[in-house]
Amino acid sequence: MKSLRRFFSRLGSFGAQRAQEARLKEEIDEHLALQTAENLRSGLPPDEARRQATLKFGGVEAVKENYRAQRGIVFIETFFQDLRYAFRMLRKSPGFTAIAVFTLALAIGANAVVFAALNALILRPLDVPQAQSLYGIERGMDHFPAQSYPDYLDLRDRNRTFDGLAAYNIGMAGLDTGESVFPDWVYEVSGNYFDVLGIQPYLGRFFHSADEHGPNSAPYVVLAYAYWHSHFQDDRGVVGRTVQLNKHPFTILGVAPPNFHGTLMFLYPDSFVPMVNQEQIEGSSSLNARGNRWIFMCLGHLKPGVTPAQAVADLNSIGSDLEKTYPKDDGNMTFVLARPSLYGDYLGRPAKAFLTALMMLAGLILLAACANLGSLFAARAADRSREVALRLALGSTRLRILRQLFTEAILISLMGGAAGLWGSVMLLQWLRAWQPFPQFPINLPVTPDANVYLVALLLALASGFLFGAVPVRQVLHTNPYGVIKSGSTGRAGQRITVREVLIAVQIAICAVLVTSSFVAVRGLTRSLHSNFGFDPQNSLLVQIDLNIIGYKGDAVPTMQKRMIEALRTIPGVASVGLGSQPPLSNGRPTDSIVFGDATTDLRPVNSATDAVVFSVSPEYFHAEGTALLAGRDFTWQDDKNAPRVAAINEEFAREVFNSVPNAMGRYFKMPDGTRIQVVGVVEQGKYASLTEDPQTAMFFPILQVPSSQTSLVVRSSDAPQQLSAAVRSRLRDLDAGLDVMIQTRSEAMDFVFFPSHVGTVALGLLGVMGALLSVTGIFGMAAYSVSKRRRELGIRIALGAQRKEVLQAALGRALKLLAGASAAGLLLGILASRVLSSIVYQATPRDPLVLAGVVLAMLFLGLLATWIPAQRALSIDPVILLREE
Amino acid sequence: MGNAMKQKTDVLQGTLALMVLKTLDVLGSLHGYGIARRIEQISGDLLSVNQGTLYPVLLKLEQEGAIASEWGASENNRRARFYRLTREGRKQLQVETQDWEQTAAIIGRFFEAKAGDLP
Repeated sequence: MKSLRRFFSRLGSFGAQRAQEARLKEEIDEHLALQTAENLRSGLPPDEARRQATLKFGGVEAVKENYRAQRGIVFIETFFQDLRYAFRMLRKSPGFTAIAVFTLALAIGANAVVFAALNALILRPLDVPQAQSLYGIERGMDHFPAQSYPDYLDLRDRNRTFDGLAAYNIGMAGLDTGESVFPDWVYEVSGNYFDVLGIQPYLGRFFHSADEHGPNSAPYVVLAYAYWHSHFQDDRGVVGRTVQLNKHPFTILGVAPPNFHGTLMFLYPDSFVPMVNQEQIEGSSSLNARGNRWIFMCLGHLKPGVTPAQAVADLNSIGSDLEKTYPKDDGNMTFVLARPSLYGDYLGRPAKAFLTALMMLAGLILLAACANLGSLFAARAADRSREVALRLALGSTRLRILRQLFTEAILISLMGGAAGLWGSVMLLQWLRAWQPFPQFPINLPVTPDANVYLVALLLALASGFLFGAVPVRQVLHTNPYGVIKSGSTGRAGQRITVREVLIAVQIAICAVLVTSSFVAVRGLTRSLHSNFGFDPQNSLLVQIDLNIIGYKGDAVPTMQKRMIEALRTIPGVASVGLGSQPPLSNGRPTDSIVFGDATTDLRPVNSATDAVVFSVSPEYFHAEGTALLAGRDFTWQDDKNAPRVAAINEEFAREVFNSVPNAMGRYFKMPDGTRIQVVGVVEQGKYASLTEDPQTAMFFPILQVPSSQTSLVVRSSDAPQQLSAAVRSRLRDLDAGLDVMIQTRSEAMDFVFFPSHVGTVALGLLGVMGALLSVTGIFGMAAYSVSKRRRELGIRIALGAQRKEVLQAALGRALKLLAGASAAGLLLGILASRVLSSIVYQATPRDPLVLAGVVLAMLFLGLLATWIPAQRALSIDPVILLREE
Repeated sequence: MGNAMKQKTDVLQGTLALMVLKTLDVLGSLHGYGIARRIEQISGDLLSVNQGTLYPVLLKLEQEGAIASEWGASENNRRARFYRLTREGRKQLQVETQDWEQTAAIIGRFFEAKAGDLP
């Protein structure tokens, strides 16, 4: 009751601060006046009477503080007081505030961006019900998710651990509404796809397992919400309408809900069709080919209570049975489970490794920033020791002073955090809209969510406490008497201070960052000039799938031949070649196992090698700039009626026939027993990725192994871009529907360079940030040390010290620190770059250029940061200085 | 260090409050200086230093409603705040006096007790 009343009384008095304060002051004045009068009466002289009265009263400020504590809600009130004071202090030194906020904004912004990416791609599951129990299946030693349709059916029907198993494949089709044709990214899905995932239609209905009755039995299409919105203008009447997909009629059944974007995180499909209609979409059917692994991924929910290990055991027992039953087609039938959202481990593992490494580097940036600000704060606290001493002498508690310092630190960290978050949101918005590959509808769902904001806030608070804690010891050990008497000279001994340790740590961290960015940039430039097995300069890549515009069977090679002829006549074109899919472009090249000619038991275990397969036209090697090491190029006579021939690469020749000369004229066998003669050997190249080990490859004549996928390589004498208009018009003349995609050959390689590019840009940015931080850190320290020792330096100059000696006295310690810490950082960076080599192609720190680059960069940064302090030290005029003192 | 000091002021504040109430009970309306003088006269050196500590105690008592204050004129004819006991303060004084006497009696008995007194 009593305390309640007091509480309300306090709440009331919270507002009436000023009046209360005035009243106390008046009471104290009157008290002192009365006591003084009393003392005068007892015979003391006036001065002494007043002094005695004051002594007797005790510390006025302490009483006031105590009185205030009694009066108000202490915590809130002193908090606001501290806050006001902190604002005032920060306003008084705008330079310090700006540097501190900027430093933190950079560091927290970098962390927020990296965390947002990590959160979006790795931590956040797919937006489907019960995503936690949803797993994709990967096969074999290389954990590749692809499956064949018959294998999928066996896995689906015989497993006892999944609550239904769905499958999907990604394809491209032309969707004809009757008025116009749109490109359409199609998910070919198993009939149970939506039911297994537990997705309900937004409009109309979905197809189900019961709708499938064998090949081409379910001509139904479900539209993705965004596609329906953009291409059908939210028309609810589309349900039941018939559209043409690759010239085949499909009935629109319904529309998927807005938040469902398929089961691959970064590629949003436009529509879904039943997988049994594969032939209509892709032009050929692989539904019965057990050895043809074309399904992108199989996925499903584990049954309640089933662990992933149990599911793997279940799948493996089916797998070993399949291996026995179908020895010709099924080898390596062991399985693992992985999260489906990033195409399992195939992309998930490198993405995770990369983002985790980036997160660690970003954490280092923040740590460096904290070390930086910590030393700034320590310097500031040292400069304010007089103020602190005064406050202590007036009766303030040390706790109160510390709270004040922390309020300032937290205020700065929150301002920095807010600025950093704002910047990162901008950057993320840009990332969200970024389309790295124009031919793929890539979507990076990196919108910041509550997690990102929370992490940014926590990081800001944590770093505020971290760098705010640096001057604590200093404040606790302030001796007010000593400081006020002697002024704040500080100790000028050789003792290593906390600040110097912090700066050294910070420089070392920054050197690590600079080293890794150098390693990354160097790796990228090197990989741009490595040998790909073809020459990407001065050539155009013209791509189209003839199946989409309705070419079937024999019409395909005829058309391809006409296309080559048409392009060859364009002035400036040196040669034209045609392939199914060129190496190092979008997508993974198909591969096939092959057998030695003597092998009769054609089971996968007996295979000679697993080689990537390309179908190419005559003159293709010439157009690509691929050197023919032995034998001959293909001709148009290598057709269906001629004996089967192939060109192989060096690795194939070595692995299967021991040497290049030995391979010429020899035979090998395909899994179906076809004998193929080697008529040419071409130079080794890179086929699927830049970082791959030497891979075996074989090239077949396009007339013997036809493909509707058509990639024309057009080599010109120079400036290939100028040819693209001519190429387009020549092809339009052949068929108005030939809507091709034209890129330069180097542009087409963006896909394989993507990881290196992203890695290099990210590491480069972090390196620049590290460099910026080390400049501000060294600058702060050097400037502080010069300003502290102005008097000493002035005396030295007056006594005749030379410029060199002055500089050594002023900056020697800073430079020594810089050198030592950089060396340590460089060593650490070299160790850390081992991690980088998995991401950035040919990233090796044991490269004299990298080492020299880092040393020069740190030297340059050191010079840059100490330039102004050095000038200031040299410009000290002892006469002015002595007059001032 | 801070802890010990805090305890000391707590005790001081508790006893000071009681002394303030008793003083106002005996002498009627008084200003801060008057109260301080009176306590000093009776208690010796308790308030010979740090007279200022009285004012937070006065504020606390006023917030609790034990005393009330109003402006009046001091001996040298200037404005001074005069405190007086309220009805509630009188009740509180009674209760606390009893408490105090009880406590003092118990403590007194403890100090008087010798080892042989206990069975």
